[in-house]
Amino acid sequence: MSDTAITAGSLPAPKAENAVAWGFSRAQFAALTAMIVFLAVAPFVLYPVFIMKLLCFALFALAFNLLIGYVGLLSFGHAAYFGMGGYIAGYSAKALGLSPELGILAGGVVAGLLGAVFGWVAIRRQGIYFAMITLALAQMVYFFCVQAPFTGGEDGIQAIPRGSFLGVVPLDRDMAMYWLVAGIFLGAFLLIHRIVHSPFGQVLKAIRENEPRTISLGYKTDQYKLVAFILSTALAGVAGATKSLVFGIATLTDVHWAMSGEVVLMTLVGGLGTTFGPVIGAAVIVTMQNYLAELGAWVTVIQGVIFVACVLAFRRGIIGELGNLLKVKL
Amino acid sequence: MEDLFGIPAPLLFGQLLLGLINGAFYAMLSLGLAVIFGLLNIVNMAHGALFMMGAFVAWLLLDKLGLGYWWALLLSPFIVGAFGVVLEKLFISRLYKLDHLYGLLLTFGLALVIEGVFRNEFGSSGLPYRIPPELAGSWDLDFMFLPIYRAWVVVFALVACLATWLVIEKTRLGAYLRAATENAPLVQAFGVNVPRMVTLTYGAGVALAALGGVLAAPIYSVNPQMGSNLIIVVFAVVVIGGMGSILGAVLTGFGLGIVEGMTKVFYPEASATVIFVIMVIVLLARPAGLFGRA
Repeated sequence: MSDTAITAGSLPAPKAENAVAWGFSRAQFAALTAMIVFLAVAPFVLYPVFIMKLLCFALFALAFNLLIGYVGLLSFGHAAYFGMGGYIAGYSAKALGLSPELGILAGGVVAGLLGAVFGWVAIRRQGIYFAMITLALAQMVYFFCVQAPFTGGEDGIQAIPRGSFLGVVPLDRDMAMYWLVAGIFLGAFLLIHRIVHSPFGQVLKAIRENEPRTISLGYKTDQYKLVAFILSTALAGVAGATKSLVFGIATLTDVHWAMSGEVVLMTLVGGLGTTFGPVIGAAVIVTMQNYLAELGAWVTVIQGVIFVACVLAFRRGIIGELGNLLKVKL
Repeated sequence: MEDLFGIPAPLLFGQLLLGLINGAFYAMLSLGLAVIFGLLNIVNMAHGALFMMGAFVAWLLLDKLGLGYWWALLLSPFIVGAFGVVLEKLFISRLYKLDHLYGLLLTFGLALVIEGVFRNEFGSSGLPYRIPPELAGSWDLDFMFLPIYRAWVVVFALVACLATWLVIEKTRLGAYLRAATENAPLVQAFGVNVPRMVTLTYGAGVALAALGGVLAAPIYSVNPQMGSNLIIVVFAVVVIGGMGSILGAVLTGFGLGIVEGMTKVFYPEASATVIFVIMVIVLLARPAGLFGRA
């Protein structure tokens, strides 16, 4: 299987699970420490709104990677859950006047419910069919969002208030919002790490490597896949919900298929099935979009070229290649 | 004028015709996807972009070289098909030993590049393409006006699909193709140049998409997004039909086009989503698709 599998499963397996703490290897723990330091320092050095955008997309890519990297399922419609999470959070904050934490929670829950229904349908087929089905279902959500009254159609939901966290801490200042976003990101990152390293996560990896064999061992793989799908979609919803509160806007862009493609690209660039890859991939793509924004449609061309280059020559992604170079698992 | 099911007949038949036309494009595109998938095991995400390219090549032939619709109908599939051959040789052929999902990701990247280049060059607004004078005008059928060009598209697409089916099912080349789909190494052992056949199959599937693009050019405005909007629906069509059968792909394509057209008459709000809903129902009832093998 080694070089043919969709994930970076071709990495040299660590000789022993030399975990330092919470299932992180020494190298991963060092990387985690670096990431936390970055989170603490970044808003004082860089523009906080930019970092928040980056973290929202990093969380989105992490959620997506939970499926592609650890179960081997390529969902080509994750924008549906990301965008729906954004709409729900925006609607609850603006029209219902809910506090931000409830809005984000609602975004995650609704996206997860949507994921439960869609996942239940999509896991009936495997491989490329799974990708096509998730893409088609996401397109259905897109058309629903174009027509549904609560999304505001072409205008989207605008001027979403950030509100006060727990009704106490007003989030209008970017720095206050930043700490909330950083907290959500870090919490979700650790949660995903925990899921992947749980017995449940081990079964997911077994499904990725060899599903028939996992079935023969007595695991009901469909149930595992569905739960993984729901977790992934709920976290994608949280990411979208957080993003809509940060920018005060929820639009059709976030449910469009191009967004589904972007999250695939971020994860691919960073490294499929790596712990830190999606974060790095999201950082690279978001930064690129930021600097190249004035190029207009050329951004699409560049993204396409990166896709092609990654698939042809660079399948492990940045973190996968780095890990391979340093002979550690990141 | 008579009413049918409480709907004015011209409206009903007009939408039926529109549905048939959309169905013609679904059929041609899903046919190409099925042929490519059968032999290459790749979902060609670039199929929509190549359909769009077919339309643009027709427009460019007219604008730059003064070659009209009939030349475009002949040349555009060749040009875009040749482009497809180059794509297969340069990129796609490197992936056959890898997981099929990489093929999907690669062709998605190619689609982004092609679409982006055309958007830079021609903008997002559509370019008009005139109906050829021989096919302009319409027939008065008593119960409706039938624009001649639209009838032409439906008939031509049917003939193209039928011809493809005949080539695959009734000729020696088609027999090789079907054999290679089942077991490529064995066919190669018999002395058939399978890699070349794979390349030409991709080219042919792409040419079929480009042919669809030329047919579509006078109906829709020629614009860079015309392919990507269509291809996602075609994916749903492919899931519904199952990619196992050529005739199945054609029937499903036309059938779903008609269903979509009728939905526009009776419940317009659902017309954009009806095919996806049908896909869900089919997946629940018959996961392998209507014509698929489990």
